[in-house]
Amino acid sequence: MSDTAERTADVAGPPPRNQGAGNEILGALRSGAAAFLRQREATVLVVVVALVIYFRVASSNFFSHANLDTLASGVAAPYIILSIGEVLLLICGEIDLSVGFTFTLAPFIMYFLTVYYGFPVILAIIAALVFGLLVGFVNAFLTVALRLPSFIATLGTSFILYGLVLTTSHAEPVTPTPSMEGIGKFFGNETASAWGWSAIIWAVVLVAIFHVVLTQTRWGLHTIAVGGNLLGAREAGISVARIKYGNFMITGLLGALVGIQVAFYDNTIDPSAGGYNYMFYAVAAAVLGGTAMLGGAGTIIGGALGAFLLSILTDGFQITGVSANPLFIIFGAAVLIAMIANVQLSRLREMGRIK
Amino acid sequence: MTDTAPGTPSAPVSLTGNILEVEHISKRYGAVTALIDINMHLGHSEVLGLIGDNGAGKSTLLKILCGFQPPTSGRILFEGQEIQLKSVDQARALGIDAVYQDLALVNQLTVYHNMFLNRETVRWPLLNNRSMRREAKRRLDEMGLKIPSVNSQVAQLSGGQRQAVAVARSVYSNPKILLLDEPLAAMGVKEGAIILDLVRELKENANVSIIIIAHNYGQILEVCDRVNLIQGGRITLDKRSSETSAQELTDLVVAEYRKALQDRQRVDRGPA
Repeated sequence: MSDTAERTADVAGPPPRNQGAGNEILGALRSGAAAFLRQREATVLVVVVALVIYFRVASSNFFSHANLDTLASGVAAPYIILSIGEVLLLICGEIDLSVGFTFTLAPFIMYFLTVYYGFPVILAIIAALVFGLLVGFVNAFLTVALRLPSFIATLGTSFILYGLVLTTSHAEPVTPTPSMEGIGKFFGNETASAWGWSAIIWAVVLVAIFHVVLTQTRWGLHTIAVGGNLLGAREAGISVARIKYGNFMITGLLGALVGIQVAFYDNTIDPSAGGYNYMFYAVAAAVLGGTAMLGGAGTIIGGALGAFLLSILTDGFQITGVSANPLFIIFGAAVLIAMIANVQLSRLREMGRIK
Repeated sequence: MTDTAPGTPSAPVSLTGNILEVEHISKRYGAVTALIDINMHLGHSEVLGLIGDNGAGKSTLLKILCGFQPPTSGRILFEGQEIQLKSVDQARALGIDAVYQDLALVNQLTVYHNMFLNRETVRWPLLNNRSMRREAKRRLDEMGLKIPSVNSQVAQLSGGQRQAVAVARSVYSNPKILLLDEPLAAMGVKEGAIILDLVRELKENANVSIIIIAHNYGQILEVCDRVNLIQGGRITLDKRSSETSAQELTDLVVAEYRKALQDRQRVDRGPA
């Protein structure tokens, strides 16, 4: 780790001294570095840059067009988009464990409606997205109205959704029909040249939109308030239920969207796609990016960087030829190291704050 | 929002009629009875002190008056009309605002976002941060309250500063009735004096009617026209400030404590 840290310092650190005018520049750089480190996203960004450099050195294929496309659209985009929802929910004090199964079921709904019920593709896609909203609504209802902890409520809906997937699909994958290709490439496409980027473009646009929503709108402010001080938010007259319903539904919608994107990207609708794996990546991404598990703090960009970090690890280890079996050992260690760096750095930030 | 201070600043008007009347209010939480048959009134631009030991029911009463929770029974008259307070927002729309004991501040947000929480200035669809920042700064300066920066997170402030932000937030909503739950709790002497001056000013210049909960009876008597003592969920004393003293109030509260203690000892000893 100290190895990577040094490398980062070489890149991000001060230029060599031969520029003279020593102290002032140095001081400016130091306060600049301090300001940078005060940002929640700073740590994870440092790790991302370090990893990019590491894999660039370790594998000449890492920067190839094909790999960048796989990394961005195939691996990172789904995690990034799912992380948006989990960041919003974690900030307002909830979590959605079922989003990975909304992901799994949504493209099947699109497929069934098109193939068995003759829906036009675009309508079937909209219906699948509405289904995502509905799952979010049910999760919120269980959490807000029936007062289940969201951890349990969404665990329950996870199983139900997965059961629905297995029952309706008979646990068999299907292939999107040719009639879907026209619209499909807007969502994601592994083969066709330029459309290969569509998934990551969705991700970047959604990150931009929800970053603004979280930091610049009443919705975002109230989401933070609900997670930061639930009673206080209520006393200020904020409708806590509305905020929670909304964020659960956003998460469900994004889950359905990602399911459809991955179906088109891989050109298969697979009952084993999505699931807890994707959900945990999304939650891990949020937390790596500085989102507080206990609510009240977090950023969309941090979550996206966290998702990107996990994607680079997944993709990078594969491309450098680490065998699939020990991959998870390294992966787990990397997540822990990144998290430790994160926690310790934010502790330093807090201490700096008090002085 | 600005310049809607109600009524005229002339004194005689303020003493006729009540802006708020509470009739037979009770509040039960399951088996626990927090308030029993509370009758209370608040005159126009009157400052009423609500005192009593911890757990006597002061905060419960306040939370009913500001719409945070409904009473189990009884009714509330506002400007002579019976009202059903269903939410904090509704109470606010009527002109009843509160500063809670827990302050209702969000640590993770900045001072100015807290001051405008749920009343944000918006240039749709975005927050108008610049205007809120400027306005928050102006208000705090006007009140003479020293906050390091309106951009700092509330978590970074001292107890007194947090209190000041919470009070400033309510004062500037131009309320007709302001409910203050221990506004002096975390304050230093100087900060406390600023808040007390503010209370006087609101009463005299803005015709605001105020209910203050506090433990420092000396300060209460200094600023209040009248005091009510709550003991065990009932109002047991209603006197003008000029007719009582900090000593009398202290004695009453202590006597209640002694009596409770003796009762308990008698029960413990059992029948002879």
